[in-house]
Amino acid sequence: MCQVEEEYHGPLQREELPSVSKQCMKCKEAGAAVVIRAGDAYCRGCFKEYFIHKFRAMLGKNRLIFPGEKVLLAVSGGPSSCSMLSQVQEGLSQNAHKKLRFLPGIVYIDEGGAVGQSVEDRRRTVDQLQAVFRATGFPFLVVPLEQVLDLPSSVVLSAPGAPEWKAGAYKAAVDHFLLSDGSSGVTAQQQQETPPLEVQEAHTHSLQRLLGSARTLTAREELLNTLRQHLLVHTARSAGYSKVMLGDSCTRLAVKLLSSISLGRGAQLAHDTGFSDSRYGDIILVRPMRDYSAKEIAYYNRMFSVPSVFTAGLETKTADKSSIQRLTESFVTKLQADFPSTVSTIYRTSEKLQSCKSLASAGGDRCLLCVCALDTAAENASAFSATLISEQLSQTQSPEQSRPAPEAPPPASQCCSAVGGEACGNRGGGCCSSAEASEPPPLRSLLCYSCQLTIKDLSSEEVLPHYILSEAQRRLRRSQLREEIRDFLLEDEADEG
Amino acid sequence: MPVLCSSCDDKRAVLKRPKTGHSLCKACFFRAFEEEVHQTILAANLFKHGEIVGIAASGGKDSTVLAHVMKLLNERYNYGLELMLLSVDEGISGYRDDSLETVKRNQQQYELPLKIVSYEELYGWTMDAIVKQVGLKNNCTFCGVFRRQALDRGALMLRVDKICTGHNADDVAETVLMNILRGDIARLRRCTAISTSSEGEGVVPRCKPLKYAYEKEIVLYAYFKKLDYFSTECIYSPNAYRGHARTFLKDLESVRPSSIMDIIHSGENLSVREGVKMPVQGTCNRCGYISSQTLCKSCVLLEGLNRGLPKLGIGKHHRLHDKILTQQPLTEKEERKLKSVNF
Repeated sequence: MCQVEEEYHGPLQREELPSVSKQCMKCKEAGAAVVIRAGDAYCRGCFKEYFIHKFRAMLGKNRLIFPGEKVLLAVSGGPSSCSMLSQVQEGLSQNAHKKLRFLPGIVYIDEGGAVGQSVEDRRRTVDQLQAVFRATGFPFLVVPLEQVLDLPSSVVLSAPGAPEWKAGAYKAAVDHFLLSDGSSGVTAQQQQETPPLEVQEAHTHSLQRLLGSARTLTAREELLNTLRQHLLVHTARSAGYSKVMLGDSCTRLAVKLLSSISLGRGAQLAHDTGFSDSRYGDIILVRPMRDYSAKEIAYYNRMFSVPSVFTAGLETKTADKSSIQRLTESFVTKLQADFPSTVSTIYRTSEKLQSCKSLASAGGDRCLLCVCALDTAAENASAFSATLISEQLSQTQSPEQSRPAPEAPPPASQCCSAVGGEACGNRGGGCCSSAEASEPPPLRSLLCYSCQLTIKDLSSEEVLPHYILSEAQRRLRRSQLREEIRDFLLEDEADEG
Repeated sequence: MPVLCSSCDDKRAVLKRPKTGHSLCKACFFRAFEEEVHQTILAANLFKHGEIVGIAASGGKDSTVLAHVMKLLNERYNYGLELMLLSVDEGISGYRDDSLETVKRNQQQYELPLKIVSYEELYGWTMDAIVKQVGLKNNCTFCGVFRRQALDRGALMLRVDKICTGHNADDVAETVLMNILRGDIARLRRCTAISTSSEGEGVVPRCKPLKYAYEKEIVLYAYFKKLDYFSTECIYSPNAYRGHARTFLKDLESVRPSSIMDIIHSGENLSVREGVKMPVQGTCNRCGYISSQTLCKSCVLLEGLNRGLPKLGIGKHHRLHDKILTQQPLTEKEERKLKSVNF
């Protein structure tokens, strides 16, 4: 009755507490320098090896980046994306063990205008980052977020992507690359010095008006994320890059997964948090840092002096409950402190998900903002239709009430007429069968569930950038047209762009 | 100036709907709440004419409102259902005995037949006795697993076709969050389903007519209808980890009230990658209940209690199942691990 330990090994064998003065668990020679997880102490050398190997392994396992391909690294200046930059540098260096074989370029999106930084502050940040970028020898672009206002509408279209990778395609590409003098590919690249684009004050003002029109920080952040992504994709397209690398860490992705769930983006989760994101078709977003925790990255950056530059974001210095994203972040970090497996458990969920239901992804409509397949088909019994019903029932039945989506009459009508037949007619608005007049469907009908929530929080839809509004006009006209000729179409074919 | 009801534009509004933010008068709120449950029942085709439906009644607000609304809608819309109340007595003195009194009053008020099944008669253990052996940690596991089976057994005794439970939107959203936090992809996939498909013999299909009703609105409904319900937390400490998820959900709701529905929407639209290993449904080799293992959870838990090894069913000890089935004794080492810890 005197055992305290209830483990399998004998009662006297206590698990040793991790302590800093321990030896490295890998080489068992050098003294440990960092403890990554409870019990995992590494020396400096082994930690570096482990960290570098992880990056290669992530790229090697997924076989998505072809040799000789142009890859754009999206660097925000934060620790994670700067660490990614240093890993690419490391992997391309001559003495690298397993050399990376793609052609990198860097892009920095300057969001200073969106968060209300002064011109001088913005310049200072850009200067600091340019020094970091110059040191890598890679070509780089500094793009102010204001440029998003001048994007073409094609950004929000999913371009016909590269054909499905055939089984042997990757291997063939590697062989081809090796035959055609692959060694000099990277070094031959010139570092082009593009002068940072001057930002017009008027542009900054319209950007601020756009973000300011969001009544909640939640919506403002969502909007900013969307705009940033559009600009990234556009920059990659126009500069001839086919992949964009994002620096999301495991911790970041766990927060993103949980906040995406809370924002109603369940259908888009795989796109938002997976290793690769092919929603734009020709440009594929890749997240090679998704195996590293924020802690590992911080240790590595400090030990090996990886430079990073602090840039304030929308949520900097805000309270926990200022937005859903911010709330989720503090929830996950606090839980992680008490239950150290929180982040990795949430993150592993993201690996088990796939993008949208297959039927919708085939060629159906995509959201005007996030370019994911729409998830707003009001099915029989769904949270979406239940919300619509609640809203209808709480309002006076006025004709101009907006309906987020063209609603199908409840398919349970046979049940409806059999069981509650008289009730349907008597109770005003009790049943949702009242046929809607053919008024022009609003912008919301072009959005996915979550983006509808974002737009709902805007004071006006008119402030959206021109490229979004004009594409919306085009789509609405097109669907109206389709409605008119509907009777003559033999099959309900998907609308071809 | 008093705010007018946004629905009838006539009477004075008495409440702000937590779900939509609209101000409504009492009558319009009742109508909207009932109508929404009705729409859910219709849209999901939950019941067929002539079915016998057991309402899982605990005496709490959710099940009291459920019983009230089910009876009302059954009469108003002529569902043609035969309703009964089904209660489980876990044997928690000072808690369940009081709430069962409420259920008995409800039985009188709604004139519905009531069946009470107790843990003691089904398993030979009351929760009080279980807690005495297990302590206050993991006791909710026993209670939860046993209740699920107890409801099914009660339903079989009553010969009902379906059971409906009082799970509300908050419960469903909370479960989505919990399953993500625990990495339970199989449960994550099915936890948003409004009804369980007929899973096999010995299992009665269940559904959640209040799945899209906000907890706050259920309380408002019960309050304005002056329904008789029991509101006390269980005396055995609530599950700590779930508490985190619950607090998080409440915080989310305060930032954006639609969050609860948004999470359910997310859950309904998740799709799991092909090739992810999922547990396969089988039957328990001992009692024949559905189980993904050779023994169902409640048989393992019960075995643990009876052998004085309460931890047998906590955590994963699948490789011990064969030993339990063949009634073999466990080794000393295994026993030591599974005994409860006394400080």
